[in-house]
Amino acid sequence: MVEKRGLGIWLSHAIMILGVLIVFFPIWLAFVASTVTQPEIVSPPMPLLPGDQFFINYKKALLAGVNVPVGTMLTNSLVMAIGIAVGKIIISLLSAFAIVYFRFPGKKIFFWLIFITLMLPVEVRIVPTYEIIAGFGMLNSYGGLIFPLIASATATFLFRQFFMTVPDELAEAARVDGAKPLRFFWDILIPMSRTNIAALFVILFIYGWNQYLWPLLITTDPEMNTIVMGIKQMFPSGDDVADWPVIMATSILAMIPPVIVVISMQKLFIRGLVDSEK
Amino acid sequence: MEKRVFFKGWLLPLLLIAPQILVSAVFFFYPAGQAVWQSLFIPDPFGLSMQYVGLGNFKYLLSDPYYRASFFTTGLFSILVTLVSMIPALFLAIVADRLIKGAGTYRTMLIWPYAVAPAIAGVLWLFMFNTRVGVVSWYLGNLGYDWNHVLNGSEAMGLVVVSSAWGRISYNFLFFFAALQSVPKSIIEAAAIDGARFWRRFWTIVLPLLSPTTFFLLVVNVVYAFFETFGVIHTITSGGPQQSTTILVYKVFADGFVGQDLGSSAAQSVILLVVVGALTVFQFKYIERRVHY
Repeated sequence: MVEKRGLGIWLSHAIMILGVLIVFFPIWLAFVASTVTQPEIVSPPMPLLPGDQFFINYKKALLAGVNVPVGTMLTNSLVMAIGIAVGKIIISLLSAFAIVYFRFPGKKIFFWLIFITLMLPVEVRIVPTYEIIAGFGMLNSYGGLIFPLIASATATFLFRQFFMTVPDELAEAARVDGAKPLRFFWDILIPMSRTNIAALFVILFIYGWNQYLWPLLITTDPEMNTIVMGIKQMFPSGDDVADWPVIMATSILAMIPPVIVVISMQKLFIRGLVDSEK
Repeated sequence: MEKRVFFKGWLLPLLLIAPQILVSAVFFFYPAGQAVWQSLFIPDPFGLSMQYVGLGNFKYLLSDPYYRASFFTTGLFSILVTLVSMIPALFLAIVADRLIKGAGTYRTMLIWPYAVAPAIAGVLWLFMFNTRVGVVSWYLGNLGYDWNHVLNGSEAMGLVVVSSAWGRISYNFLFFFAALQSVPKSIIEAAAIDGARFWRRFWTIVLPLLSPTTFFLLVVNVVYAFFETFGVIHTITSGGPQQSTTILVYKVFADGFVGQDLGSSAAQSVILLVVVGALTVFQFKYIERRVHY
């Protein structure tokens, strides 16, 4: 090892700790704000250490909120994030299996059709997509929140790449043994893809949880708001003072599920991230 | 690359691929087609009929000073977000890479902001810089600097840039750290034995080896700044003051949903489609090359 001793190491640790503190500061401040009273915040500077209002503020946020209880928004976010993650994984597994293991008419065309969707983020087609969802009567519904975000070429490509690395002998053996394609898919391919599926789930869950623009457009009913988009609705219009402790408690609640998912599945997550993006 | 072994049949694969094609057709291709179609029309003031204007919407947009300003704003915003998120990330990754113990713990701590949604990041930063209750703005005020991003366009831009870049520091750190860890230690040691000091080794060996990662992150961060920062802008500035933080994606939303100018919004969507297309092709061309490394 080169130059890994003495003062340099302490300096490196000091820099890292400072870096972590700076990066962490906004989250810390939000947490502190969620544990103090409104008067403590509106007469700056606010305290930098937590107060004793933790239970009061969080209870108020979860059960009452500002427009709608945060508990409801959390449920909506959870349904949306899981719906998007599971839905994407299922349709991508199926289509990747078809593309890799079969020869069928129009395969090239279908492949390119899927490929092109990489270029169409929901942000650039919001108005027409909104009209379609409105036409289906799916405004303010879970279906409307989930379906437009479910088709993604990224997941399909990731599974395609992975299936390509599965040894041909396995499929060969399955075929010789007279196993039907779906049997091979279910008994061999899916179990082999477990880690990839888990890694992808983490990434897609966060993608779904953090959606903002789409829920903002199609959930006009506060009962259907997701927590990430609902926070903005908690700010009063005009000159009224925002209920900061409750808003900050909501911010903390909104980041807990994705943070738990990321931290607890860190290894898988990093692997999935590095794989899916390169 | 193709498999050597295939299963027989054509009906089953078509059924397997059908869900994805169906969802793509209904929620991707049809809306994209609609956007192209609508961009050729303007609705009459009562919304009863559409009048064909050819490329009129595009001509109008390209001569519209607000739209051109939005292009400039987006460019500036993406460059700043990319720099502000990549430079600290690279610096921290280099420092973390020097540590044998503890690097993993720091990494765990640094991942947090990545999981925080852009819109939530916006709320957190807005809270710190709020003109009435913000801690940072209060201390700035004590130092004699009167922070007001509600009125000052440059300060608004600075705030949305930092808020957008914040979570990306984690993301970029993960990639830089992984890349640094994969630099062969033997090369570094050989250079050290030859008397090359840390900075010399960094400039001549490590940085060139990092260039694929750096280039990849450049593209990805620009794409992020273009399309995924809507939440930040909407929560902090709503595009203001005087449109100084109205990036292109925000303008599509503002014109289409707030202003109800469907023709113009559709034309803007089409222009954005072209931009995304170019970025994607660029990205894939590059990745294609990288595979042959």
